[in-house]
Amino acid sequence: MTRRRVGRSRPPALALLLAGLAVAFFALPFVGILWRMPWSRVGSVLSNGAVREALRVSLETSLLSAIISLVLGVPLAWVLAQFDFPGRSIVRALSTLSMVLPPVVGGVALFFSFGRRGLFGQYLDRWFGIRLPFTTAGVVVAQVFVAMPFLVLTVEAALRQVDPRFGDAARTLGGSRWTVFRRVTLPAVRPALIAGLVLSWARALGEFGATITFAGNLPGRTQTMPLATYLALESDPESALVLSLALIAVSFAVLLGLRDRWLGAPSGRASVAAP
Amino acid sequence: MSAARPRRAFGLFALAIGLVVGVSACSTKRVTIDTDPNASITVFAASSLTGAFGEIGTAYAAAYPDAKVEFSFGASSELVAQINQGAPADVLASADGESMGRLEPGTKGAPENFATNRLQIIVAPGNPKGISRLADLARADVVFVSAAPQVPIGRYTQQVLAAAGVTAAPKSLEANVKGIVNKVVLGEADAGIVYVTDVLAAGSKALGVDIPGPVNVVATYPIAAPATSKHPDAAARFVAFVRSPAGQAILARFGFGPP
Repeated sequence: MTRRRVGRSRPPALALLLAGLAVAFFALPFVGILWRMPWSRVGSVLSNGAVREALRVSLETSLLSAIISLVLGVPLAWVLAQFDFPGRSIVRALSTLSMVLPPVVGGVALFFSFGRRGLFGQYLDRWFGIRLPFTTAGVVVAQVFVAMPFLVLTVEAALRQVDPRFGDAARTLGGSRWTVFRRVTLPAVRPALIAGLVLSWARALGEFGATITFAGNLPGRTQTMPLATYLALESDPESALVLSLALIAVSFAVLLGLRDRWLGAPSGRASVAAP
Repeated sequence: MSAARPRRAFGLFALAIGLVVGVSACSTKRVTIDTDPNASITVFAASSLTGAFGEIGTAYAAAYPDAKVEFSFGASSELVAQINQGAPADVLASADGESMGRLEPGTKGAPENFATNRLQIIVAPGNPKGISRLADLARADVVFVSAAPQVPIGRYTQQVLAAAGVTAAPKSLEANVKGIVNKVVLGEADAGIVYVTDVLAAGSKALGVDIPGPVNVVATYPIAAPATSKHPDAAARFVAFVRSPAGQAILARFGFGPP
Protein backbone atom coordinates (compact mmCIF):
# COMPACT_ATOMS: atom_id res chain seq x y z
CA MET A 1 0.00 0.00 0.00
CA THR A 2 2.19 2.83 1.21
CA ARG A 3 5.68 1.96 0.17
CA ARG A 4 8.30 4.13 1.81
CA ARG A 5 9.97 6.34 -0.72
CA VAL A 6 13.43 5.08 -1.40
CA GLY A 7 16.17 7.04 -3.08
CA ARG A 8 14.64 10.50 -2.79
CA SER A 9 16.23 11.89 0.36
CA ARG A 10 19.91 11.58 1.10
CA PRO A 11 21.05 9.65 4.18
CA PRO A 12 23.17 11.47 6.79
CA ALA A 13 26.88 11.64 6.02
CA LEU A 14 27.96 9.47 8.96
CA ALA A 15 25.49 6.72 8.09
CA LEU A 16 26.65 6.88 4.51
CA LEU A 17 30.28 6.59 5.57
CA LEU A 18 29.66 3.57 7.79
CA ALA A 19 27.39 1.96 5.22
CA GLY A 20 30.13 2.51 2.64
CA LEU A 21 32.60 0.75 4.91
CA ALA A 22 30.16 -2.14 5.32
CA VAL A 23 29.69 -2.45 1.57
CA ALA A 24 33.46 -2.33 1.02
CA PHE A 25 33.92 -5.01 3.67
CA PHE A 26 31.47 -7.29 1.85
CA ALA A 27 32.68 -6.47 -1.63
CA LEU A 28 36.46 -6.58 -1.20
CA PRO A 29 36.76 -10.36 -0.59
CA PHE A 30 34.85 -10.97 -3.83
CA VAL A 31 37.05 -8.45 -5.62
CA GLY A 32 40.00 -10.42 -4.26
CA ILE A 33 38.62 -13.67 -5.68
CA LEU A 34 37.92 -12.10 -9.07
CA TRP A 35 41.39 -10.54 -9.09
CA ARG A 36 43.09 -13.92 -8.66
CA MET A 37 40.66 -15.80 -10.88
CA PRO A 38 42.45 -17.92 -13.50
CA TRP A 39 39.96 -16.96 -16.21
CA SER A 40 41.57 -19.15 -18.86
CA ARG A 41 40.93 -22.24 -16.71
CA VAL A 42 37.29 -21.54 -15.85
CA GLY A 43 35.97 -23.56 -18.77
CA SER A 44 38.17 -26.59 -18.23
CA VAL A 45 37.55 -26.75 -14.45
CA LEU A 46 33.77 -26.42 -14.81
CA SER A 47 33.59 -29.06 -17.55
CA ASN A 48 35.39 -31.50 -15.23
CA GLY A 49 33.06 -34.42 -14.42
CA ALA A 50 33.78 -34.39 -10.68
CA VAL A 51 32.94 -30.68 -10.45
CA ARG A 52 29.67 -31.14 -12.32
CA GLU A 53 28.80 -34.02 -9.97
CA ALA A 54 29.49 -31.78 -6.95
CA LEU A 55 27.32 -29.02 -8.42
CA ARG A 56 24.51 -31.52 -9.09
CA VAL A 57 24.70 -32.97 -5.55
CA SER A 58 24.74 -29.44 -4.12
CA LEU A 59 21.71 -28.22 -6.08
CA GLU A 60 19.65 -31.36 -5.46
CA THR A 61 20.34 -31.60 -1.73
CA SER A 62 19.99 -27.88 -1.02
CA LEU A 63 16.65 -27.66 -2.87
CA LEU A 64 15.33 -30.72 -1.07
CA SER A 65 16.56 -29.32 2.26
CA ALA A 66 14.81 -26.00 1.61
CA ILE A 67 11.55 -27.81 0.78
CA ILE A 68 11.75 -29.99 3.91
CA SER A 69 12.52 -26.87 5.96
CA LEU A 70 9.40 -25.27 4.49
CA VAL A 71 7.13 -28.25 5.13
CA LEU A 72 8.26 -28.70 8.74
CA GLY A 73 9.27 -25.12 9.52
CA VAL A 74 6.07 -23.26 8.61
CA PRO A 75 3.85 -25.27 10.98
CA LEU A 76 6.49 -24.85 13.70
CA ALA A 77 6.65 -21.09 13.11
CA TRP A 78 2.85 -20.90 13.14
CA VAL A 79 2.55 -22.81 16.42
CA LEU A 80 5.25 -20.64 17.99
CA ALA A 81 3.65 -17.41 16.77
CA GLN A 82 -0.02 -18.10 17.44
CA PHE A 83 -0.24 -20.32 20.48
CA ASP A 84 0.81 -19.78 24.02
CA PHE A 85 1.89 -22.99 25.69
CA PRO A 86 4.19 -23.85 28.56
CA GLY A 87 7.81 -24.15 27.46
CA ARG A 88 7.29 -22.14 24.30
CA SER A 89 10.47 -20.11 24.83
CA ILE A 90 12.40 -23.34 25.36
CA VAL A 91 11.01 -24.81 22.13
CA ARG A 92 11.90 -21.61 20.29
CA ALA A 93 15.46 -21.60 21.65
CA LEU A 94 15.82 -25.29 20.80
CA SER A 95 14.68 -24.86 17.23
CA THR A 96 17.19 -22.10 16.57
CA LEU A 97 20.09 -23.57 18.55
CA SER A 98 21.77 -25.06 15.50
CA MET A 99 22.30 -21.54 14.14
CA VAL A 100 24.85 -20.76 16.82
CA LEU A 101 26.30 -24.25 17.19
CA PRO A 102 29.62 -24.72 15.36
CA PRO A 103 28.54 -26.86 12.37
CA VAL A 104 31.20 -29.49 13.12
CA VAL A 105 29.71 -29.94 16.59
CA GLY A 106 26.29 -30.18 14.93
CA GLY A 107 27.66 -32.97 12.76
CA VAL A 108 28.97 -34.88 15.76
CA ALA A 109 25.64 -34.37 17.56
CA LEU A 110 23.89 -35.86 14.52
CA PHE A 111 26.23 -38.86 14.81
CA PHE A 112 25.22 -39.41 18.41
CA SER A 113 21.54 -39.32 17.47
CA PHE A 114 21.17 -40.57 13.88
CA GLY A 115 24.50 -42.36 13.35
CA ARG A 116 24.92 -46.13 13.09
CA ARG A 117 25.54 -46.34 16.85
CA GLY A 118 23.42 -43.27 17.63
CA LEU A 119 20.52 -43.10 20.07
CA PHE A 120 17.91 -43.39 17.30
CA GLY A 121 20.16 -44.30 14.41
CA GLN A 122 20.81 -47.81 15.75
CA TYR A 123 17.07 -48.57 15.49
CA LEU A 124 16.86 -47.01 12.02
CA ASP A 125 19.64 -49.41 11.06
CA ARG A 126 18.31 -52.48 12.89
CA TRP A 127 14.61 -52.13 12.02
CA PHE A 128 14.64 -50.49 8.61
CA GLY A 129 18.21 -50.94 7.41
CA ILE A 130 18.52 -47.17 7.04
CA ARG A 131 21.98 -45.72 7.51
CA LEU A 132 22.28 -41.97 7.12
CA PRO A 133 26.05 -41.36 7.41
CA PHE A 134 27.89 -41.47 4.08
CA THR A 135 24.62 -41.16 2.10
CA THR A 136 23.02 -38.31 0.16
CA ALA A 137 20.13 -38.48 2.65
CA GLY A 138 22.69 -37.76 5.36
CA VAL A 139 23.72 -34.61 3.51
CA VAL A 140 20.09 -33.47 3.50
CA VAL A 141 19.74 -34.22 7.22
CA ALA A 142 22.83 -32.13 8.00
CA GLN A 143 21.60 -29.28 5.80
CA VAL A 144 18.06 -29.23 7.21
CA PHE A 145 19.52 -29.22 10.73
CA VAL A 146 21.40 -25.98 10.12
CA ALA A 147 19.07 -24.36 7.57
CA MET A 148 15.55 -24.72 9.01
CA PRO A 149 16.02 -22.19 11.85
CA PHE A 150 16.40 -19.42 9.25
CA LEU A 151 12.96 -20.20 7.88
CA VAL A 152 11.36 -20.62 11.30
CA LEU A 153 12.73 -17.31 12.61
CA THR A 154 11.76 -15.33 9.51
CA VAL A 155 8.26 -16.75 9.19
CA GLU A 156 7.50 -16.59 12.90
CA ALA A 157 8.44 -12.91 13.06
CA ALA A 158 6.14 -12.20 10.11
CA LEU A 159 3.23 -14.22 11.52
CA ARG A 160 3.39 -12.16 14.72
CA GLN A 161 2.94 -9.00 12.65
CA VAL A 162 -0.26 -10.24 10.99
CA ASP A 163 -3.29 -8.44 12.35
CA PRO A 164 -5.38 -11.19 14.00
CA ARG A 165 -8.56 -9.27 13.01
CA PHE A 166 -8.10 -10.38 9.41
CA GLY A 167 -8.28 -14.00 10.49
CA ASP A 168 -11.15 -13.33 12.86
CA ALA A 169 -13.10 -11.61 10.11
CA ALA A 170 -12.53 -14.52 7.76
CA ARG A 171 -13.67 -16.95 10.43
CA THR A 172 -16.89 -15.05 11.02
CA LEU A 173 -17.52 -15.23 7.28
CA GLY A 174 -17.51 -19.00 7.60
CA GLY A 175 -13.95 -19.88 6.66
CA SER A 176 -12.56 -23.02 8.22
CA ARG A 177 -9.33 -22.80 10.17
CA TRP A 178 -7.40 -24.35 7.27
CA THR A 179 -9.01 -22.03 4.72
CA VAL A 180 -8.17 -19.00 6.82
CA PHE A 181 -4.58 -20.14 7.19
CA ARG A 182 -4.24 -20.87 3.49
CA ARG A 183 -6.09 -17.87 2.06
CA VAL A 184 -5.50 -15.14 4.64
CA THR A 185 -2.53 -15.84 6.87
CA LEU A 186 -0.14 -17.38 4.35
CA PRO A 187 -0.63 -14.71 1.68
CA ALA A 188 -0.03 -12.05 4.33
CA VAL A 189 3.38 -13.47 5.15
CA ARG A 190 4.31 -14.42 1.60
CA PRO A 191 7.38 -12.14 1.42
CA ALA A 192 8.71 -13.57 4.69
CA LEU A 193 7.96 -17.07 3.46
CA ILE A 194 9.98 -16.50 0.30
CA ALA A 195 12.76 -14.79 2.27
CA GLY A 196 12.92 -17.65 4.77
CA LEU A 197 12.91 -20.21 1.98
CA VAL A 198 15.75 -18.44 0.16
CA LEU A 199 17.77 -17.97 3.36
CA SER A 200 17.45 -21.61 4.35
CA TRP A 201 18.27 -22.70 0.79
CA ALA A 202 21.36 -20.48 0.76
CA ARG A 203 22.46 -21.79 4.14
CA ALA A 204 21.97 -25.38 2.93
CA LEU A 205 23.92 -24.66 -0.26
CA GLY A 206 26.87 -23.30 1.70
CA GLU A 207 26.78 -25.97 4.41
CA PHE A 208 30.19 -27.48 5.05
CA GLY A 209 31.01 -28.46 8.64
CA ALA A 210 28.02 -30.61 9.55
CA THR A 211 28.04 -32.23 6.10
CA ILE A 212 31.69 -33.32 6.09
CA THR A 213 31.38 -34.53 9.67
CA PHE A 214 28.09 -36.41 9.40
CA ALA A 215 27.81 -37.38 5.73
CA GLY A 216 31.48 -37.66 4.84
CA ASN A 217 32.87 -36.80 1.44
CA LEU A 218 32.33 -39.07 -1.54
CA PRO A 219 32.24 -37.61 -5.06
CA GLY A 220 28.84 -38.08 -6.70
CA ARG A 221 27.12 -38.99 -3.45
CA THR A 222 27.95 -36.71 -0.55
CA GLN A 223 30.53 -34.33 -2.01
CA THR A 224 28.87 -30.92 -2.33
CA MET A 225 30.43 -27.80 -3.83
CA PRO A 226 31.76 -26.44 -0.51
CA LEU A 227 33.46 -29.78 0.20
CA ALA A 228 34.93 -29.95 -3.31
CA THR A 229 36.14 -26.36 -2.94
CA TYR A 230 37.80 -27.03 0.40
CA LEU A 231 39.59 -30.13 -0.89
CA ALA A 232 40.67 -28.40 -4.09
CA LEU A 233 42.24 -25.69 -1.93
CA GLU A 234 44.64 -28.32 -0.58
CA SER A 235 46.17 -29.21 -3.92
CA ASP A 236 44.98 -26.85 -6.63
CA PRO A 237 44.01 -23.41 -5.26
CA GLU A 238 43.21 -22.12 -8.76
CA SER A 239 40.45 -24.65 -9.32
CA ALA A 240 39.14 -23.88 -5.82
CA LEU A 241 38.75 -20.26 -6.95
CA VAL A 242 36.79 -21.37 -10.01
CA LEU A 243 34.52 -23.54 -7.83
CA SER A 244 33.94 -20.58 -5.51
CA LEU A 245 33.06 -18.43 -8.49
CA ALA A 246 30.46 -20.97 -9.62
CA LEU A 247 28.92 -21.09 -6.14
CA ILE A 248 28.96 -17.29 -5.83
CA ALA A 249 27.40 -16.85 -9.27
CA VAL A 250 24.56 -19.31 -8.60
CA SER A 251 23.80 -17.90 -5.14
CA PHE A 252 24.07 -14.25 -6.15
CA ALA A 253 21.80 -14.77 -9.16
CA VAL A 254 19.14 -16.45 -7.05
CA LEU A 255 19.33 -13.93 -4.18
CA LEU A 256 19.17 -11.02 -6.63
CA GLY A 257 16.41 -12.52 -8.75
CA LEU A 258 14.17 -13.55 -5.88
CA ARG A 259 14.51 -10.24 -4.08
CA ASP A 260 13.46 -8.21 -7.06
CA ARG A 261 10.68 -10.53 -8.04
CA TRP A 262 8.96 -11.21 -4.76
CA LEU A 263 10.41 -9.31 -1.87
CA GLY A 264 10.28 -6.00 -3.69
CA ALA A 265 6.48 -6.24 -3.83
CA PRO A 266 4.79 -3.93 -1.36
CA SER A 267 4.03 -5.90 1.75
CA GLY A 268 0.46 -5.81 3.00
CA ARG A 269 -1.03 -5.87 -0.49
CA ALA A 270 -1.47 -9.61 -0.29
CA SER A 271 -3.48 -9.44 2.91
CA VAL A 272 -6.18 -7.31 1.36
CA ALA A 273 -6.12 -9.15 -1.94
CA ALA A 274 -7.56 -12.26 -0.36
CA PRO A 275 -11.14 -12.62 -1.55
CA MET B 1 21.51 20.37 -5.87
CA SER B 2 21.17 17.08 -7.68
CA ALA B 3 24.67 17.41 -9.12
CA ALA B 4 26.44 18.33 -5.87
CA ARG B 5 24.94 15.72 -3.60
CA PRO B 6 25.82 12.55 -5.46
CA ARG B 7 29.35 13.89 -5.81
CA ARG B 8 29.66 14.35 -2.06
CA ALA B 9 28.19 10.92 -1.50
CA PHE B 10 30.73 9.50 -3.88
CA GLY B 11 33.48 11.34 -2.03
CA LEU B 12 32.45 9.76 1.25
CA PHE B 13 32.31 6.35 -0.35
CA ALA B 14 35.79 6.85 -1.78
CA LEU B 15 36.97 7.91 1.68
CA ALA B 16 35.54 4.71 3.14
CA ILE B 17 37.36 2.62 0.54
CA GLY B 18 40.52 4.63 1.21
CA LEU B 19 40.26 3.91 4.94
CA VAL B 20 39.97 0.18 4.30
CA VAL B 21 42.90 0.17 1.91
CA GLY B 22 44.93 2.35 4.27
CA VAL B 23 44.35 0.05 7.22
CA SER B 24 45.44 -2.96 5.20
CA ALA B 25 48.50 -1.13 3.89
CA CYS B 26 49.70 -0.45 7.44
CA SER B 27 50.07 -4.16 8.11
CA THR B 28 52.76 -4.66 5.47
CA LYS B 29 55.75 -3.47 7.45
CA ARG B 30 59.36 -3.70 6.37
CA VAL B 31 61.12 -6.91 7.34
CA THR B 32 63.52 -6.39 10.23
CA ILE B 33 65.75 -9.28 11.19
CA ASP B 34 66.01 -10.09 14.90
CA THR B 35 69.04 -12.23 15.75
CA ASP B 36 68.09 -12.78 19.40
CA PRO B 37 67.98 -16.59 19.93
CA ASN B 38 65.31 -16.07 22.61
CA ALA B 39 63.03 -14.11 20.26
CA SER B 40 59.43 -15.24 20.26
CA ILE B 41 58.87 -17.68 17.36
CA THR B 42 55.85 -19.28 15.74
CA VAL B 43 56.13 -22.93 14.74
CA PHE B 44 53.77 -24.26 12.04
CA ALA B 45 53.47 -28.03 12.39
CA ALA B 46 51.44 -30.83 10.78
CA SER B 47 48.44 -31.85 12.87
CA SER B 48 49.91 -35.33 13.37
CA LEU B 49 52.65 -33.63 15.42
CA THR B 50 50.20 -31.98 17.84
CA GLY B 51 50.98 -34.21 20.82
CA ALA B 52 54.71 -34.63 20.25
CA PHE B 53 55.40 -30.94 19.55
CA GLY B 54 53.36 -29.90 22.56
CA GLU B 55 55.76 -31.89 24.70
CA ILE B 56 58.81 -30.73 22.74
CA GLY B 57 57.65 -27.17 23.44
CA THR B 58 57.57 -27.88 27.16
CA ALA B 59 61.04 -29.48 27.09
CA TYR B 60 62.37 -26.58 24.99
CA ALA B 61 61.00 -24.06 27.48
CA ALA B 62 62.71 -25.99 30.28
CA ALA B 63 66.03 -25.94 28.39
CA TYR B 64 65.76 -22.26 27.39
CA PRO B 65 63.62 -20.50 30.03
CA ASP B 66 63.78 -17.11 28.24
CA ALA B 67 62.59 -18.46 24.89
CA LYS B 68 59.01 -18.19 23.75
CA VAL B 69 57.48 -20.62 21.23
CA GLU B 70 53.95 -20.62 19.87
CA PHE B 71 52.48 -23.44 17.81
CA SER B 72 49.97 -23.49 14.99
CA PHE B 73 48.83 -26.97 13.94
CA GLY B 74 47.04 -27.83 10.70
CA ALA B 75 47.17 -29.92 7.54
CA SER B 76 50.64 -29.53 6.00
CA SER B 77 49.17 -28.39 2.70
CA GLU B 78 47.09 -25.74 4.51
CA LEU B 79 50.08 -24.49 6.49
CA VAL B 80 52.11 -24.14 3.30
CA ALA B 81 49.28 -22.20 1.67
CA GLN B 82 49.15 -19.89 4.70
CA ILE B 83 52.92 -19.25 4.58
CA ASN B 84 52.70 -18.54 0.86
CA GLN B 85 50.05 -15.94 1.71
CA GLY B 86 52.42 -14.28 4.18
CA ALA B 87 51.66 -16.02 7.49
CA PRO B 88 54.50 -15.29 9.96
CA ALA B 89 55.96 -18.79 10.40
CA ASP B 90 59.49 -19.10 11.78
CA VAL B 91 59.56 -22.90 11.55
CA LEU B 92 57.58 -25.31 9.36
CA ALA B 93 57.40 -29.01 10.23
CA SER B 94 55.54 -30.80 7.44
CA ALA B 95 54.16 -34.34 7.22
CA ASP B 96 55.50 -34.78 3.72
CA GLY B 97 58.18 -33.40 1.45
CA GLU B 98 55.68 -32.71 -1.29
CA SER B 99 53.78 -30.09 0.74
CA MET B 100 57.06 -28.51 1.85
CA GLY B 101 58.05 -28.39 -1.83
CA ARG B 102 55.05 -26.17 -2.57
CA LEU B 103 56.52 -23.31 -0.52
CA GLU B 104 57.17 -20.45 -2.88
CA PRO B 105 60.71 -20.34 -4.29
CA GLY B 106 62.85 -18.14 -2.07
CA THR B 107 60.96 -18.94 1.14
CA LYS B 108 61.99 -22.57 1.36
CA GLY B 109 65.02 -22.42 3.64
CA ALA B 110 66.92 -25.70 3.98
CA PRO B 111 64.57 -28.59 4.89
CA GLU B 112 66.03 -31.45 6.95
CA ASN B 113 64.23 -34.72 7.75
CA PHE B 114 63.53 -35.20 11.45
CA ALA B 115 61.03 -38.07 11.78
CA THR B 116 59.26 -40.89 9.98
CA ASN B 117 55.81 -42.33 10.36
CA ARG B 118 54.33 -45.64 9.22
CA LEU B 119 50.76 -46.61 8.45
CA GLN B 120 48.39 -48.89 10.34
CA ILE B 121 44.81 -50.03 9.88
CA ILE B 122 42.70 -48.34 12.57
CA VAL B 123 39.75 -50.34 13.95
CA ALA B 124 37.39 -50.12 16.92
CA PRO B 125 38.63 -51.42 20.31
CA GLY B 126 38.39 -55.21 20.43
CA ASN B 127 38.38 -55.34 16.60
CA PRO B 128 34.70 -56.47 16.37
CA LYS B 129 34.87 -57.06 12.61
CA GLY B 130 37.97 -59.24 12.92
CA ILE B 131 40.07 -57.21 10.51
CA SER B 132 43.54 -58.73 10.28
CA ARG B 133 44.86 -57.84 6.82
CA LEU B 134 44.42 -55.28 4.05
CA ALA B 135 42.18 -57.62 2.02
CA ASP B 136 39.57 -57.40 4.80
CA LEU B 137 39.04 -53.73 3.90
CA ALA B 138 37.36 -54.88 0.68
CA ARG B 139 34.82 -57.03 2.54
CA ALA B 140 31.19 -56.05 1.94
CA ASP B 141 30.39 -55.93 5.67
CA VAL B 142 33.26 -53.55 6.43
CA VAL B 143 32.67 -49.79 6.22
CA PHE B 144 36.05 -48.48 5.06
CA VAL B 145 36.86 -44.77 4.96
CA SER B 146 39.86 -43.09 3.41
CA ALA B 147 40.98 -39.53 2.61
CA ALA B 148 40.86 -37.50 -0.57
CA PRO B 149 43.82 -38.09 -2.91
CA GLN B 150 44.85 -34.43 -2.39
CA VAL B 151 45.71 -35.21 1.23
CA PRO B 152 48.96 -37.15 1.90
CA ILE B 153 47.21 -39.92 3.86
CA GLY B 154 44.78 -40.42 0.96
CA ARG B 155 47.68 -40.78 -1.46
CA TYR B 156 49.55 -43.18 0.84
CA THR B 157 46.41 -45.31 1.31
CA GLN B 158 46.11 -45.68 -2.47
CA GLN B 159 49.79 -46.69 -2.65
CA VAL B 160 49.45 -49.28 0.12
CA LEU B 161 46.29 -50.84 -1.36
CA ALA B 162 47.83 -50.91 -4.83
CA ALA B 163 51.00 -52.57 -3.49
CA ALA B 164 48.89 -55.21 -1.72
CA GLY B 165 46.69 -55.72 -4.79
CA VAL B 166 43.51 -54.84 -2.84
CA THR B 167 40.58 -52.96 -4.39
CA ALA B 168 38.51 -51.43 -1.57
CA ALA B 169 35.79 -48.85 -2.20
CA PRO B 170 35.85 -46.22 0.55
CA LYS B 171 32.50 -44.94 1.84
CA SER B 172 33.97 -41.48 2.33
CA LEU B 173 37.09 -39.53 1.40
CA GLU B 174 37.80 -37.42 4.45
CA ALA B 175 39.53 -34.05 4.34
CA ASN B 176 42.28 -35.09 6.75
CA VAL B 177 43.56 -37.99 8.80
CA LYS B 178 41.67 -36.84 11.92
CA GLY B 179 38.45 -37.26 9.94
CA ILE B 180 39.25 -40.95 9.42
CA VAL B 181 40.15 -41.44 13.09
CA ASN B 182 36.92 -39.74 14.22
CA LYS B 183 34.71 -41.85 11.95
CA VAL B 184 36.22 -45.05 13.39
CA VAL B 185 36.25 -43.80 17.00
CA LEU B 186 32.60 -42.71 16.71
CA GLY B 187 31.69 -46.11 15.28
CA GLU B 188 30.42 -44.90 11.89
CA ALA B 189 33.24 -46.63 10.04
CA ASP B 190 34.84 -49.99 10.76
CA ALA B 191 38.30 -49.33 9.41
CA GLY B 192 40.64 -46.84 7.80
CA ILE B 193 44.33 -46.45 7.14
CA VAL B 194 46.07 -43.84 9.30
CA TYR B 195 49.49 -43.13 10.79
CA VAL B 196 50.76 -45.30 13.64
CA THR B 197 50.97 -42.09 15.71
CA ASP B 198 47.24 -41.43 15.24
CA VAL B 199 46.30 -44.87 16.56
CA LEU B 200 48.57 -44.25 19.56
CA ALA B 201 47.03 -40.81 20.14
CA ALA B 202 43.50 -42.28 20.10
CA GLY B 203 44.47 -44.31 23.19
CA SER B 204 41.90 -46.85 24.32
CA LYS B 205 39.31 -45.67 21.76
CA ALA B 206 40.98 -47.46 18.85
CA LEU B 207 43.21 -50.35 17.95
CA GLY B 208 45.90 -50.63 15.30
CA VAL B 209 46.35 -53.56 12.91
CA ASP B 210 49.86 -53.75 11.43
CA ILE B 211 50.45 -53.45 7.71
CA PRO B 212 53.31 -55.69 6.47
CA GLY B 213 56.58 -53.82 5.96
CA PRO B 214 56.99 -54.54 2.22
CA VAL B 215 53.69 -52.85 1.29
CA ASN B 216 53.75 -50.21 4.02
CA VAL B 217 54.57 -46.59 3.26
CA VAL B 218 57.09 -44.66 5.30
CA ALA B 219 56.20 -40.97 5.48
CA THR B 220 59.22 -38.72 6.02
CA TYR B 221 58.73 -35.44 7.92
CA PRO B 222 60.93 -32.47 6.93
CA ILE B 223 61.48 -29.36 9.07
CA ALA B 224 62.78 -25.98 7.94
CA ALA B 225 62.99 -22.34 8.89
CA PRO B 226 61.36 -20.47 5.99
CA ALA B 227 63.60 -17.74 4.59
CA THR B 228 60.84 -15.22 5.40
CA SER B 229 61.35 -15.76 9.16
CA LYS B 230 62.28 -12.61 11.04
CA HIS B 231 63.94 -14.58 13.83
CA PRO B 232 66.35 -16.92 12.00
CA ASP B 233 68.60 -17.60 15.01
CA ALA B 234 65.77 -18.52 17.36
CA ALA B 235 64.22 -20.67 14.61
CA ALA B 236 67.50 -22.48 13.95
CA ARG B 237 67.92 -23.28 17.64
CA PHE B 238 64.40 -24.78 17.80
CA VAL B 239 65.03 -26.89 14.69
CA ALA B 240 68.30 -28.14 16.23
CA PHE B 241 66.42 -29.04 19.43
CA VAL B 242 63.84 -31.11 17.53
CA ARG B 243 66.66 -33.03 15.83
CA SER B 244 68.65 -33.44 19.07
CA PRO B 245 68.52 -36.69 21.11
CA ALA B 246 66.10 -34.99 23.56
CA GLY B 247 63.69 -34.07 20.78
CA GLN B 248 64.02 -37.47 19.09
CA ALA B 249 63.25 -39.27 22.37
CA ILE B 250 59.96 -37.37 22.70
CA LEU B 251 59.04 -38.09 19.07
CA ALA B 252 59.78 -41.81 19.61
CA ARG B 253 57.41 -41.87 22.60
CA PHE B 254 54.61 -40.66 20.30
CA GLY B 255 55.30 -43.45 17.79
CA PHE B 256 57.55 -41.64 15.31
CA GLY B 257 60.57 -43.39 13.84
CA PRO B 258 64.03 -41.88 13.32
CA PRO B 259 64.57 -40.00 10.02
